[in-house]
Amino acid sequence: MTLYSALLEPFVDYGFMRRALVATLALSLGSAPIGVLLMLRRMSLVGDAMAHAVLPGAAIGFLIAGGLSLPMMGLGGLVAGLSVALLSGLVSRTTALSEDASFASFYLSSLALGVLIVSLRGSNVDLLHVLFGTILAIDAESLCLVGGIASLTLLTLAVVYRPLVAECFDPGFLRAVGGRGPVYHLLFMFLVVINLVAGFQALGTLMAVGMMTLPAVVARLWAQTLPAMFAVAVAVGAVSGLVGLIVSFHLGVASGPTIILTASVIYAASLLAGPSSALRRLVRRPHLSA
Amino acid sequence: MSVGAISLRDVTVAYDRHPAVHHLSGSFAPGSLTAIAGPNGAGKSTLLKALMGELPVSEGAIDRGQLSVREFGYLPQAAEIERRFPISVADAVTLGAWRRTGAFGGMTRGIAEEARRALSAVGLEGFERRHVGSLSAGQFQRVLFARLLMQDAKVILLDEPFTAIDARTTRDLLEIIRRWRSDGRTVIAVLHDFEQVRAHFPETLLLAREPIEWGATASALSPANLLRARAMAESWDEGAQPCRPDAHAHGHAHARAHDHA
Repeated sequence: MTLYSALLEPFVDYGFMRRALVATLALSLGSAPIGVLLMLRRMSLVGDAMAHAVLPGAAIGFLIAGGLSLPMMGLGGLVAGLSVALLSGLVSRTTALSEDASFASFYLSSLALGVLIVSLRGSNVDLLHVLFGTILAIDAESLCLVGGIASLTLLTLAVVYRPLVAECFDPGFLRAVGGRGPVYHLLFMFLVVINLVAGFQALGTLMAVGMMTLPAVVARLWAQTLPAMFAVAVAVGAVSGLVGLIVSFHLGVASGPTIILTASVIYAASLLAGPSSALRRLVRRPHLSA
Repeated sequence: MSVGAISLRDVTVAYDRHPAVHHLSGSFAPGSLTAIAGPNGAGKSTLLKALMGELPVSEGAIDRGQLSVREFGYLPQAAEIERRFPISVADAVTLGAWRRTGAFGGMTRGIAEEARRALSAVGLEGFERRHVGSLSAGQFQRVLFARLLMQDAKVILLDEPFTAIDARTTRDLLEIIRRWRSDGRTVIAVLHDFEQVRAHFPETLLLAREPIEWGATASALSPANLLRARAMAESWDEGAQPCRPDAHAHGHAHARAHDHA
């Protein structure tokens, strides 16, 4: 097998592979920076919970559209995700429950409801598609949606970068100077939800958050500043998408899990070889003079 | 009352109806330098939070005059700061210019220069590009003081600013507090080191849930007052009755033992 037939031919020969590649690149551009911020806010698992919470909305969209339709399911998912985010915020502010606890209870109810709705109508194959995605079946319309979400995410992050950083670093200070932190928090949760919706068709509801979390933790291992973390995370997402698609094409395995597993391999390698890694600790380097 | 004073009129701040600050009246004069001292659980931090508007006042009122609480500089004791967040020292200090830049306003060269000066004022020249996570506790406290310098606040509230801070940093930061005072800013600091209070703070509010005395430091920290402050029961009385207003002699130095205190 030549290098050409291994790396380029799948994309040259097949339109669905090209669309899948564009989708994963757009996905990593939007999701990876969001994942970095989620991680820095110690909310990585909230992203995971949110991904599950999106399911009933997607399932209702699935029922209304009468089958897999990213715009309809995306709209449903958006409504469901934002409702869970708002409700958890409300519950944690008015009761003794912390935000992660209320998130946990809402997303479990939401997940159960979602699976129930899908099983009412769809076959098991459809359920699998919703849960695990069908990146190879992505059409032009869905591609526009994914691209649009990535663009909107980057633009919004650029505009609210300062208040968002201030809110992550020192929420008490922002409150004291009248900085309206909750507004930016909510806006950020909105970005999380729309990126999960974008990740939906490609990776399914369960793994959409993988494109956020895994590149982000790899970035944390390699980079020291926030812009550098964004760049590393986007690169890791893009490389995972590319490598995952090629590997799944040649081995004939499901593409979504292959993409996520590629990111996991990069993560494992970074753990071993990164700046603060296990391997580096074995090599003793003399400390610097004071 | 002169412009810029912060007056408290019979202020009670309660958690779940149990008073943490009880019937406190008095005022912080503009440009005054006041220490708030007292035993653990005396309501010192609670009072600062009430002054910042973070806690509602259960009874009485706080009059900030023409000052907006947004113009107060506040250094909380347990700041909710994410030290591991990847932000540079310069960026952290520049946040102090928030009232001028806001969320979206331009960051001018003047502000950057001002941040550099604030860092050098706290003895951190050359730390601009360092990551805040790499600083020691003392260095980080200096960064927070530099941010307060940037805020250019007329009123500065400090909650135990020298806890777990080394002697040299404490000395440098006390010098900054002295400079704030000569600028005519009002500074209110919660402290527990009585020697430090006697040496650097002309006025003291000795608080033991009830105000013990509010006035010149030498008189407020008299041995008799300190003894009374120590006698404060730290625990709440679960069977406490509602406070009867007529049981109180109104005046800012009353400190009678209440049946529910």
